Amino acid sequence: MRIGVFICHCGLNIGGVVDIPEILQTLAGYDGLEYVTDYRYMCSDPGQQVIKDAIRDKGLTGVVIAACSPAMHESTFRRTAEAAGLNPFRCEIANIREQCSWPHRDEPRRATQKALEIIRASMEKVRQNEELSPVSIPVTRQALVIGCGIAGMQAALDIADAGYKVTVVERLPYIGGHMAQLSETFPTLDCSQCILTPKASEVGSHPNIDLFTNSEVHAISGYVGNFNVTIRKKASYVNWDICNGCGLCMEKCPEKTESHFELGLATTKAISIAFPQAVPNRPVINAEVCRHFTKGKCGVCEKVCPVGAIDFEQEDTFIHREAGAIIVATGYDLHPKSKVGEYGYGVVKDVIDGLEFERLNSASGPTQGEIRRPSDGKIPKEVVFIQCVGSRDQEDGYPYCSKICCMYTAKHARLYKHKVPDGQPYVFYMDIRAGGKGYEEFVQRATEEDGVLYLRGRVSRVFEENGKIVVFGVDTLSNKKVEIHGDMVVLATAIIPSHGQTDLARLLKISTDEWGFLSEAHPKLRPVESLTRGIYIAGCAQAPKDIPDSVTQASSAAAKVLALFSSDTLSHTPEIAVVDEELCRGCGVCIEVCAYDARTLDIRRRVAVVNEVLCEGCGACQVACPSGATYQRNMGLAQVMSMIDAVI
Amino acid sequence: MEAAVDFEPKIVAFLCNWCTYTGADLAGVSRIQYPSNIRPIRVMCSGSVDPMYILKALLDGADGVLVGGCHAGDCHYVNGNYKARRRLAVLQEVLDESGIGCDRVWFRFISASEGALFAETVHEMVDSLKRLGPNPLKAIWFA
Repeated sequence: MRIGVFICHCGLNIGGVVDIPEILQTLAGYDGLEYVTDYRYMCSDPGQQVIKDAIRDKGLTGVVIAACSPAMHESTFRRTAEAAGLNPFRCEIANIREQCSWPHRDEPRRATQKALEIIRASMEKVRQNEELSPVSIPVTRQALVIGCGIAGMQAALDIADAGYKVTVVERLPYIGGHMAQLSETFPTLDCSQCILTPKASEVGSHPNIDLFTNSEVHAISGYVGNFNVTIRKKASYVNWDICNGCGLCMEKCPEKTESHFELGLATTKAISIAFPQAVPNRPVINAEVCRHFTKGKCGVCEKVCPVGAIDFEQEDTFIHREAGAIIVATGYDLHPKSKVGEYGYGVVKDVIDGLEFERLNSASGPTQGEIRRPSDGKIPKEVVFIQCVGSRDQEDGYPYCSKICCMYTAKHARLYKHKVPDGQPYVFYMDIRAGGKGYEEFVQRATEEDGVLYLRGRVSRVFEENGKIVVFGVDTLSNKKVEIHGDMVVLATAIIPSHGQTDLARLLKISTDEWGFLSEAHPKLRPVESLTRGIYIAGCAQAPKDIPDSVTQASSAAAKVLALFSSDTLSHTPEIAVVDEELCRGCGVCIEVCAYDARTLDIRRRVAVVNEVLCEGCGACQVACPSGATYQRNMGLAQVMSMIDAVI
Repeated sequence: MEAAVDFEPKIVAFLCNWCTYTGADLAGVSRIQYPSNIRPIRVMCSGSVDPMYILKALLDGADGVLVGGCHAGDCHYVNGNYKARRRLAVLQEVLDESGIGCDRVWFRFISASEGALFAETVHEMVDSLKRLGPNPLKAIWFA
């Protein structure tokens, strides 16, 4: 190895503390040193030229630049080396500014000694550095979006608008998610359907979007840039290609059943389209209640369909797609009724949750937007809203805050008051968390303009008595017990991950937190990436959030995907782990240790195999390997040992 | 044993690239002064620090070894800092048994924004090693 060392003065930043002439003198004669020089500003063009010339003239096979932190100029100097024909991984930085001259300016003699040792350690490292070239991976420039609520829709549209094909998979027969069920949205009170429907039809008709509703991701394999997806399209028993959505089948179907979309507050037919604006506007037969399937006779829909679209023989189909990137936007569910017994939820008919209240408020809902209580259809004159039901509850619920309940409860109370001016809304709350543009003002208006009575405290019990719903609570501000004989109770139940999300996460090999929300790669700096490269997350699948935040996160996940698609190949660091198959005994310890599933066991040969695309080069496996078979490229055991020798 | 007054301990530090190394850079950028007794070796992750490195440094005569990683839950590589912490806990037992003493090996979570904490840690460690005196192996092997 012919090593060149280039010492930067950085003006007086280094040269004013470290005795560079002494270092030049001391280094001379160090094993493998071919050339050493200094320059006032090594990062300047003439400084870089000094390096290039020396590499060519002296035939250097490794260089050490003793200058500022590698965070500053490692990439600069590696490019310089490459320009002179040296492999960039044969260029190392000795950080003698941030970690030497700057923090030790009052002890120049000892700083000089330290600089010398830092340079020697870098020389030892470069001496054993291999020539490497980046791993190149082809990228399939098509995306997969799982879940098509507002987050999935936004992400799909952003990617499709940029000109790439997107496959969208939605479990329900329609897209829009929970947002399709909402009446109005805070803090502007604009109608949810009015802002959602145009977006939904855009998703439905976009030339770059391949939409699969009533479908689920069945299997997935591959890695970033190269995922293979199998989608299971569930049988709808209607040939959607020829159905024109006329709705005659729904009209004539004799079998009624509970509407899932209306959360059981209304009925629908065994063949139905969930709601009038649904995209796609195609019906699905519910085989669990359809008379054809349960009793073996009926077929009314088949007879009335003018285009012959009914197909009782239809079966689930499996569709294969390739994708370079995946966005998971699987949304949320609400804390189930069965867990809120003390508030009579699931027992007392007029105790409902926030989503059910949205349906009561919706112009297309079961009451055409009039607030009528489920039990007898009367207009409730006193409505009690209870916040934090299941949220911020260490014992019986979840410790986290569901984030949107303060705002939607204020919205509910206001909407109720607008529709029932002589009614009285009460809100039991723990704290009001109204952080967001226009949010605090919105809550203020609830109390000041709409006369919503806020009571700071918890409710202990809710029960039915003489046609009224009795609410026992406490107002901690006046320190008094409160007893309200109301007509309806609305519970702001906790947001939990949508059912099946944990199974999907397992399928995708991405991690979740203890509650099942998807984990982001870094809570602050990589909030839309999962820990698996090429898989991104958006919306409530990651944590409870409102519509603006879901849209923001979806767009930023889409931006990440577009960055990935900016080239048809992907470059990955070659400074990763490799296995010496002669030494490996296939014990599998490294597989347990790897946080990226980058290692597998080749059963036939009994050796560990590294997937060089998935390996992030953290080096944990090199320590764990009991046979010394794993080598972290350019940071091997022997290399570090020599570096230690150089500094002692 | 009374430590020599002019004893200057030598510390070898394995600093994770993403947190502690960047924190040490920040100390420098902020011109926070700390003793020059420390020799930083940049590693990608504290989880890549082999206990052998630490033993090697101590056997070579280093008076102390500092391993710096990301805070709990912040590891760039998911959980490398926890792996490091567990490995070091085991190593420290061995060091105690062997008479080198576990106090010579420190594991600290120092984030990229904690330049002052990095400097403070070096101060504390140098003070502590001065009280402990030189690595006892030196007296045996390098006499």
